[in-house]
Amino acid sequence: MNDISKIQLPELKVSRRGFVGGAAGLTFAMTVTGLVSEAAAATGRDGDNTVNAYVTIRPDDTITIMSPAAEMGQGIMTCLPLIVAEYMDADWDRVSVETAPANHKLYGNPKFGGIQYTVASLSVMGYWDPLKMVGAQTRQVLVDAAAGKWGVPASECSTEPSRVVHKSGKSLTYGQIAAFAKPPAEMPKVDPDSVKNAGNYRLLGKDTGRVDVPSKTNGSAQYGMDVQIDGMVYAAIQRSPVSKAKPLSVNDVEIMKIKGVKRVIKLPYGVAVIGDTVEATKSGREALDVNWSKAPGDSFTTETAMGDYLKIAADPAREAVTWQSKGDVAAGMKGAATVKTFEYTSEHNYHAQMEPMNATARVSPDGKSAEIWASTQGPTIAQLVSSKVLKTSPANVKVHPQLIGGGFGRRAQPDFVVDAVLLSKIMGGGTPVKVIYSREDDLAAGRMRPMTAHRIDVGMDKDGKVVGWKHRVVGESAIGYTNPGRLKKSGGKDILVMAGAEIPYYGIPNWLADHVHEKRGARLSAWRGIGAGYTKFASEATVDKLALEAKVDPIDYRMGLLSDEKAKKVLAAVAEMADWKRKRSGTALGVAVSQLHGANVAGIAEVSVNDDGKIRVHNFWMALDPGIALQPDNIVAQTESNIIYGLSQSIKEKVTLENGAVQQSNFHDYEVFRQEDVPNIEVKVMPQGGIPRGIGELGLPPTAGAVANAVRALTGADLTQMPFTPERVKAAMKG
Amino acid sequence: MVAFTVNGKAQNVSAGDDTPLLWALREHLKMTGTKFGCGAGLCGACTVHVDGEAVFSCQTALSDVAGKKVTTIEGLAPNGDHALQKAWVAEQVPQCGYCQSGQIMKAAELLATNKQPSRDEIVQHMNSNIYRCGTYPRIVRAVQRAAKEG
Repeated sequence: MNDISKIQLPELKVSRRGFVGGAAGLTFAMTVTGLVSEAAAATGRDGDNTVNAYVTIRPDDTITIMSPAAEMGQGIMTCLPLIVAEYMDADWDRVSVETAPANHKLYGNPKFGGIQYTVASLSVMGYWDPLKMVGAQTRQVLVDAAAGKWGVPASECSTEPSRVVHKSGKSLTYGQIAAFAKPPAEMPKVDPDSVKNAGNYRLLGKDTGRVDVPSKTNGSAQYGMDVQIDGMVYAAIQRSPVSKAKPLSVNDVEIMKIKGVKRVIKLPYGVAVIGDTVEATKSGREALDVNWSKAPGDSFTTETAMGDYLKIAADPAREAVTWQSKGDVAAGMKGAATVKTFEYTSEHNYHAQMEPMNATARVSPDGKSAEIWASTQGPTIAQLVSSKVLKTSPANVKVHPQLIGGGFGRRAQPDFVVDAVLLSKIMGGGTPVKVIYSREDDLAAGRMRPMTAHRIDVGMDKDGKVVGWKHRVVGESAIGYTNPGRLKKSGGKDILVMAGAEIPYYGIPNWLADHVHEKRGARLSAWRGIGAGYTKFASEATVDKLALEAKVDPIDYRMGLLSDEKAKKVLAAVAEMADWKRKRSGTALGVAVSQLHGANVAGIAEVSVNDDGKIRVHNFWMALDPGIALQPDNIVAQTESNIIYGLSQSIKEKVTLENGAVQQSNFHDYEVFRQEDVPNIEVKVMPQGGIPRGIGELGLPPTAGAVANAVRALTGADLTQMPFTPERVKAAMKG
Repeated sequence: MVAFTVNGKAQNVSAGDDTPLLWALREHLKMTGTKFGCGAGLCGACTVHVDGEAVFSCQTALSDVAGKKVTTIEGLAPNGDHALQKAWVAEQVPQCGYCQSGQIMKAAELLATNKQPSRDEIVQHMNSNIYRCGTYPRIVRAVQRAAKEG
C-alpha cells in the first residue's frame, strides 16, 4: 500500500468546455484540459458552480479568479489570474485570487499530462493559450449579454476595465451584467489575439505586484505548517536512515512513558510518535531507538562510489540510454583529428526548503474518505495517492492546497501526505493528525538531486572545429526512484537526470548525450533546474577549455560556436553588462550560457579566491529571454533567486551518504548561501517575442559554469568537482 | 503554567518549562506567523522580540519569558504598517515568504537601535537569517528604504 511509486500519472484526454450560471452571479466553468476517468470520479462535483470555475463575477463588481497552479514563491498565483483578467478586461483592483482545489478536469496543466502539477517551469507555458481563451470568452459573454440587453449589435460594443461600453457612450459594469445575464447555450467563438495583444495590454508586462506579498509581511499567510484542526494530534516520524529499510523493533515501551506521547506506530518505512503536543512528539522522536532491516542502499558510500562512477563513465562497454542526439556522433568522432576528454562530478543536493515537510489529514471513522491540508506541488497526485492508501475513490479525498514554504521539486512528491493519511487512519475515530518533520528528519529522509559523474569527449578537425561531442552522465535515475513505471515507459530516458545535456544551440554537427543508469539506493527527486544544474556546468566548463586551447576569448569562441541567433543576443547583452573586455585586478570573469524550454540565458560571474581557497563572487550579471515578459519585476526576482540558489549549490552544498545514510543534519553542516555570501546582481530581461516561457529555473544552470570559468581565468585552477569547496579549490590551484 | 505578554496581551500557557517559546506561540496560542525552520537556532525563521531583543524562539525556553514582553510579527505594528512591512511590499521582497516574519523581526531590531544602518551593518545584522528563495538583495534594499522613509 505504501508503494506510491507504482501509481501512474493519468493520461491526457481531449479538452472539454462547459459553462454554468449561478444565482450569486456568473460563474464560468471552462476546463483547460480533459479528465481521466479516475479523476472524473475524483471531482464528483459536476454541476457545482461554486467550485468548477475560473471566473466568478458578482453583482457588486467583485471578481474571483482561480489560480490552477501552486504558489511557492514564483508568483504564479498572480501571473495566471492576470492572464485571465487581461483577456476579459477585468478591473484588477476588484479581483481576488483563490487557489484552485484538486480537480484535474478543470485545472489540469495541458503541458503536464492534464494534471495539476506545478513543476518544470511549465505553468505559464501550459496555461497561456487556455487562459487567454478563458478570459476572451468570458469577455465575449459579457459583451453579448450587454448588447442583447440594449438591443444593439455586439460589434458596436467595446470594453474598459470591468465595463462594457456601447459606442453611444452608455455602459454597464460587469457586476451589473452578472446580475441579469443568462448563460449562453454554448461558449462564443472568439480569437483571443483579436481582442488583446502586447500593444494594448493593461496588466500584462506592467508589474502589478504579487497578490500574496502583503500576507507574507504580516504573518497572515497560511502554509501547511500553520494548519490548525480541532482535536488534532501531532506526529513526528523517523524514516529509515537508508532508503527501503523497514523497522524491525522499536523501544516503544520506553517512549510511551514520555509525557504527552499517545502512541508509537511502526510504519512500513519508519516509526511515528503520536502525541498531544509538538514537544511531546519531539521528545519521543529523539528517544527512539529502532532496529532496521537490511536495505539495498546499505553499501552506498558516496565518497568511494564517486570513483566507481568515473570509471564507469570511462568504460565504453557500459550500456547507456541515449537522451538526445543530432547527426552521427560516431562518424564525427571517427573523422576527428583530435579527441579531447573532460571529466566532472556533482554530489547529492538537498532542497533545503525553509518550511520543513508537513501535512495534516483527517480520515473518516470508516476509513473511506479524507480531508487533507498540505503544501503540495501536486494536489491531484496527493489526492490519487491518498485514495490508493485508503482503497477508496479519489472523489472521497478532498485536498486543501496551502501556500508552499519552498518547493524546488521536493513538494512534487506525495510521501509526506501519505504519512498524515496513514496515521490518521491508524489512529481511527476521525482523529486529525498533523505530521511535522524536524529539520533533521527532513534532511535525513530528503529526496536528493542525484550524484553524477560526467565524461565529455570532444572531437575536432585539423582546424580545431568541433565535429563531435559526446556527453555521458553516470548516476542513479531519479524517475526510477519516484516513478519506475514512467521510466520504463520512456525507455529509461530520465529528464530529471539528463536535462541540459543537450546542446541544440551550438552549431555542432554531431552530438549525443547518454545516461548510464546506476542502482545504489539513495532517495531521489527533482531539484530546482533538474539535471541542467550540473550538465550545464560540465558543458560550459568544457567549452571554456576549448576556447582556452584555441587561444580565443571565451565569449568570442561561443559566438563562433552558437548557431542560435537568440542565444547570441543574450550573450552579447550580458557581455556588455559586465564590461567583459575590461581588465580587472584581483578578480576575473567567467561566462556560461544555457537554454530551457526554448528560452535563452547567459550569465557572467566576477570572482576572487582567497588563500584558503574560498571563492567570493563579487558580481553576477545575467541576461535572459523569456519570450514575452508577463511580470517583468517578478522575472528579475526569480532570476536573482536562481542565481543565488545556483551559486549556493556551486560553492557550498553537498550531501554525503555513508552506508546509505545521509551524513548531514541541519544548516550547520548543510550550508546554504546567507546574506554575506550574496554578490551584487544585475539582471536584464530581454523578451524577443513568441510565447511567454517559464522563468522559475531558467537562471540557475549557468551559475556553476560561470564561477568555474572565472576561477580558471583568475588562477588557472580547473574546477571539475561541484561544489567548489575551499579544499577542492586549493587542491586545483596546486594543480 | 507560564505567564507572559504577547503583543501587549497577557497570556498563560500550560506547558513544560522547557517548551520552546516557538511551539508555545504556534501550537498552544495558535499564533502561526512565527515560523519553524530548523529548531536549532541556525536559520532565524522563528525570530521574535523578547523585551525588544530579537531571539530565536526555538532556542528560548518558555520559563525564560515568564513575566516578559514578547512581540511577534502579528504585533509588530497594529495594522501591519510598520515601515519595514511597507518597504517589504514596495520592494516585493517575499517569494515563498516562509522566512519573512523572522527576517522582518530581525530587521526591526536593527532599525530600533540604528536608524541609518550602512549596507555592511544591514548585511552583518541579517546574516543570522536564511532565505532559501534568495531574496537577499531585496531585503537589503527594503531595510534601506524603511530607514529612509521610516
